[in-house]
Amino acid sequence: MSLLEVRAIDAKYGLLQAVRSVSLTIEEGETHALIGANGAGKTTLLRVIAGAHRPAAGTVAFDGVDITRIPAHKRVSLGIALVPEGRRLFPGLSVEENLKVAAGRRGDAAWTVDRVLEIFPMLQSRRTQSASTLSGGEQQATAIGRALMCNPRLLLLDEVSLGLAPKAVAAVYESLRGLIGSGTTVVLVEQDLGRALAVASRVTCMLHGAVVLEGAAATLTRAEITAAYFGVRSSPAVRADS
Amino acid sequence: MTWVNVLVQGVLLGGFYALLACGLSLMFGVMRIINLAHGDLAVIGAYLVWVIVNQTSIPPWIAALLVLPVMWVAGYVMYILLLERSRRAGMLVPLLTTFGLAIVIENVLLQIFSPDDHSLLSSTGTLATSSVSVGGLSISTFGMLTLATAVVVLTGLQLFLSRTTSGRQMRATAEDPDVAELVGINARSVYAKATAIAVTIGGLGGIFLAIRQTFDPSTGPTQLIFAFEAVVIGGFGSPWGTLLGGIVLGLAQVIGAQVNPQYFVLFGHLVFLAVLASPRGGILVRRGGTL
Repeated sequence: MSLLEVRAIDAKYGLLQAVRSVSLTIEEGETHALIGANGAGKTTLLRVIAGAHRPAAGTVAFDGVDITRIPAHKRVSLGIALVPEGRRLFPGLSVEENLKVAAGRRGDAAWTVDRVLEIFPMLQSRRTQSASTLSGGEQQATAIGRALMCNPRLLLLDEVSLGLAPKAVAAVYESLRGLIGSGTTVVLVEQDLGRALAVASRVTCMLHGAVVLEGAAATLTRAEITAAYFGVRSSPAVRADS
Repeated sequence: MTWVNVLVQGVLLGGFYALLACGLSLMFGVMRIINLAHGDLAVIGAYLVWVIVNQTSIPPWIAALLVLPVMWVAGYVMYILLLERSRRAGMLVPLLTTFGLAIVIENVLLQIFSPDDHSLLSSTGTLATSSVSVGGLSISTFGMLTLATAVVVLTGLQLFLSRTTSGRQMRATAEDPDVAELVGINARSVYAKATAIAVTIGGLGGIFLAIRQTFDPSTGPTQLIFAFEAVVIGGFGSPWGTLLGGIVLGLAQVIGAQVNPQYFVLFGHLVFLAVLASPRGGILVRRGGTL
């Protein structure tokens, strides 16, 4: 059984349809890159999976259970955590409070503040500082750490490199590599194709709200991806190999 | 000596305003709702204690302990039934909802209790009238008790917000309710809890009101104005700011009364307007306050 099964999702903002009948299957332990140009519907799809956006049609099943009607805060306890686009930390809370607030009241959690600080050592000295005083890279690390404090089985990362200095991007991806190695299932949205292909085992490319290409990262050629990314082909092709 | 006495009276009065204002400030800080029924909810607290004290032989302080949990439940239910729906319709609708609620409460109280005024003064024994002499000053025991209660409540609220899991969740939800949901916080339940706390503290303020002065079904709006002024002077959403705002308002009113007994309310309003007109007032409006 797949960890996540997205079936024929339609998502709208008023009259604008952001996602058109998208289906996606994520297996336990894989790292899945969701790529595509701006406005392709990647962020909306992640928000639908996390429960932050109610789809107009379609279903989302997690671990075999239909969660389409379950609110976002309950999906967190099922094991879905989203690192939102733009980091969206709680600016008035300290780094430690940002992490703790995501832990809720569970005492048996695998992720603790100390463990998060271990994989993001740059946050160690910022622990009691308010989140608004952090640099972009530190904010991103805190945002990922905050999602980890939810003890996710499925971690959704939305544009973690957006607006960061190249050095900070490298540092964030270095830490992510450790996470991916430890077996956490990850879906990441990334503009930087090189970065995405370097960490992902599978790739889905979206264009104008629909999936135009899907396959194992190793078997897709750069040319195929570029063509799908910019919509060069006339007919959308879906590769179903793995 | 007269002026020292005036300052002391002003600070004591400020404690009372801070107690009234605290819930108003919390609700605005957490969910950007200005609760226009806050004064009337406080008056409900006063009536409930008055009814218990009059119908039974239970002393007011025990009656207060019985009434506060009722206020808590009332606040929780008020959020779930009224505010939750109106909040989804935008910023202005909760304002109208609470305005309507205020009118309903006032008229229901009028229907049940008639326009006669009541007070708990007679049933609190010597507490409400006794005073302590300190270096030639006569300081009201009840005034000190009110100020002490306000300080304890506001300190408690501050500690709750900064130290407890629920408090952190409340601050996080106040800053970004969408993301709060994404880290597993049930924003609806946080908002209901904040309303419950606000109404409970408002009810406590109402009980103190009932001991200091007489009250009738139309007392609420005046108290709302004083509470609102204290919150604006002190800055929305911060417990310590609320205490400071209450004290500044209390001082202004008492100083006004010293100049001319008719200026009691006027001086309070003038300080409120001065704060709004000052550059800081502009900052308050733009920032909208944070916890």
